[in-house]
Amino acid sequence: MKTKDESIVSKKRPTAPTGAGRWAGQLVLYGLFAVFVGTFSQWPLYHPMGPDQAQIKVSISRVGQPVGECRKRTPEELAKLPPNMRAPMECPRERSPLTVEVDLNDQNILKRVVAPTGLSKDGASSIYERVIVPAGEQKLAVRLNDDIRPGATAHEREATVKLAPGQVLVIDFDATQGGIIFQ
Amino acid sequence: MLAFATLAASGVVLFALFDTSVDGAYRSIEGLARVPLGLGRLLRGLHRYAADLLMLVLLLHVAREWLHGHERGARRFHWLTGVPLVTFIFASAIGGFWLIWDQLAQYSALSTAEWLDALPLLSTPLARNFLSPASVGDRLFSLFVFVHVGVPLLLLFGLWFHIQRLAHVPMAPPRPLMLGLLATLALLALLRPVNSHAPAALDHVPQALHLDWLLLWLHPLTDATSSAFTWTLVLGGMLLLFLLPFLPQPRRAATAVVDPDNCNGCKRCFVDCPYAAVTMVPHPNQRVGRQLAVVDPDLCVGCGICAGACPSSTPFRSTECLVTGIDMPQLPIDALRKRLRQGISASGSERPLVVFGCDHGAAVNSVQGEDVIAFGLLCAGQLPPSFVEYALRDGAAGVVVAPCADGGCEFRLGARWTAERLAGMREPHLRAHVPGERIELVHAGPGQETLLASSVKTLRQRVQSMTIEADED
Repeated sequence: MKTKDESIVSKKRPTAPTGAGRWAGQLVLYGLFAVFVGTFSQWPLYHPMGPDQAQIKVSISRVGQPVGECRKRTPEELAKLPPNMRAPMECPRERSPLTVEVDLNDQNILKRVVAPTGLSKDGASSIYERVIVPAGEQKLAVRLNDDIRPGATAHEREATVKLAPGQVLVIDFDATQGGIIFQ
Repeated sequence: MLAFATLAASGVVLFALFDTSVDGAYRSIEGLARVPLGLGRLLRGLHRYAADLLMLVLLLHVAREWLHGHERGARRFHWLTGVPLVTFIFASAIGGFWLIWDQLAQYSALSTAEWLDALPLLSTPLARNFLSPASVGDRLFSLFVFVHVGVPLLLLFGLWFHIQRLAHVPMAPPRPLMLGLLATLALLALLRPVNSHAPAALDHVPQALHLDWLLLWLHPLTDATSSAFTWTLVLGGMLLLFLLPFLPQPRRAATAVVDPDNCNGCKRCFVDCPYAAVTMVPHPNQRVGRQLAVVDPDLCVGCGICAGACPSSTPFRSTECLVTGIDMPQLPIDALRKRLRQGISASGSERPLVVFGCDHGAAVNSVQGEDVIAFGLLCAGQLPPSFVEYALRDGAAGVVVAPCADGGCEFRLGARWTAERLAGMREPHLRAHVPGERIELVHAGPGQETLLASSVKTLRQRVQSMTIEADED
């Protein structure tokens, strides 16, 4: 078996530059690659938001109230049930959808009705929305209704907030902290 | 593989220096900038720019394979196993930015979470994990680490599937290219270092980001359009890639056929087949220990490289009908010998030239000249080297063999095997006493007919000045 240098056949490959031209060509190609990668790996600068804007983020995940009232089962109804399932009260499993409204300076900027999750609609309703607003002092009003039963009252909160440029104001709900919270 | 190896090597060192906690991650990455001699910057830059290189190579690889029609036929397996790897590479690349936990990491992690939330999969949005600094804990960081370390491991596993059914897979680029690229990446890392942004602050949206547009383009595109648009784009693109192999395609080429009586079990076809379509089994009708080649028609692409490798393909055999051990029904070795004999005897030229080319390379029929007898083969690798000697002995003044460029071969290895066989470096090789000055090997791919013509002209001039004996033995 021969080595590569001992080939008995005349070879011709596509004409390639030799000597200095070859080195220069390689430098140019590697340079172009470096310039391309070096440029687009950091440039152009990206501005996710304008310099005089702020962000209001409405992020609430809450299990709504049952869609109806619980009622007491009659003795006949209880008798029809298997012994281990004879709970005296029957409550609807389905939960109310979550209705969220946000007003900024008395103008509505967001209104969402979110259905409960789950096949039986008994899971949490979650809302996550971002709204870009001008930075500065703003009058903010939030209404949240998680109960569609007649006579139910909605949660409300109004406040004047001062938003710095780029600031993110999160609107959440935490019953232990009094309902709607701004953070 | 160079990019992947660079990423793995630099990644292992980075991981050793990395503090996998929310509070320590940023500090540990920033600490790299203070490592003497710029080694920290070099390490970080190599890791990032190798990821950019991998992305570019990935796009070029997909485009090249598609343009060559390699998503079809026996190569469908490689295409289909390759498509999911695209998502693995993107996921691990994007996840790498999160580990730094600077403003860019915050933007990318939040954008990704919001993008995933656009699908109705989770009852609670993932983005709620990024509402406040208190939401991001070390446990979430463990998930980040999994995305950036676990997904590449899955990628490696997927790559193993991807290159199954391929033989002689080159895992690294040619050495000069490898060194050149490594030097370029290292210089880039030092001259244009990768720096962190300010630490993540979830109560603020970053004002300006030095985005890596090669890896993170999905985020600004989603900002400019919508999650629905980019999901449609991504899923549509993936679906298209998956469907491409199933689109109407030209009829598959006939596959190689083994003749047990002429197969001596030498394994050359088994070794040379670029698609591992040939396996060896015990020969049913011969003595114990002898083997027989078996072709898997699902894997065979019909290149004929096996016929070129078969020692029984020599035209010097005296049988009237040349039946070889493994052959191509659409262009049998016997037909090639007959055409060669007829071509040379019918040539009116005093010094005829035989040109063996590849149907996928430069068109041999384009070569002008009354002295030229041209043969297009399924692949140049189909040509047994003994045919070159046979042509010279049968009256040809010279022979031009024209495979495609090494690396540009339609069937991966045909050009390489041809060159090595003619150079005497691979079996079956051209015999040493064959006059090399009467043979011209030219690597001419599609569109390089001028180069082929130039080689024919060179050989013509050379043989015109030679004294050629009637039968050189």
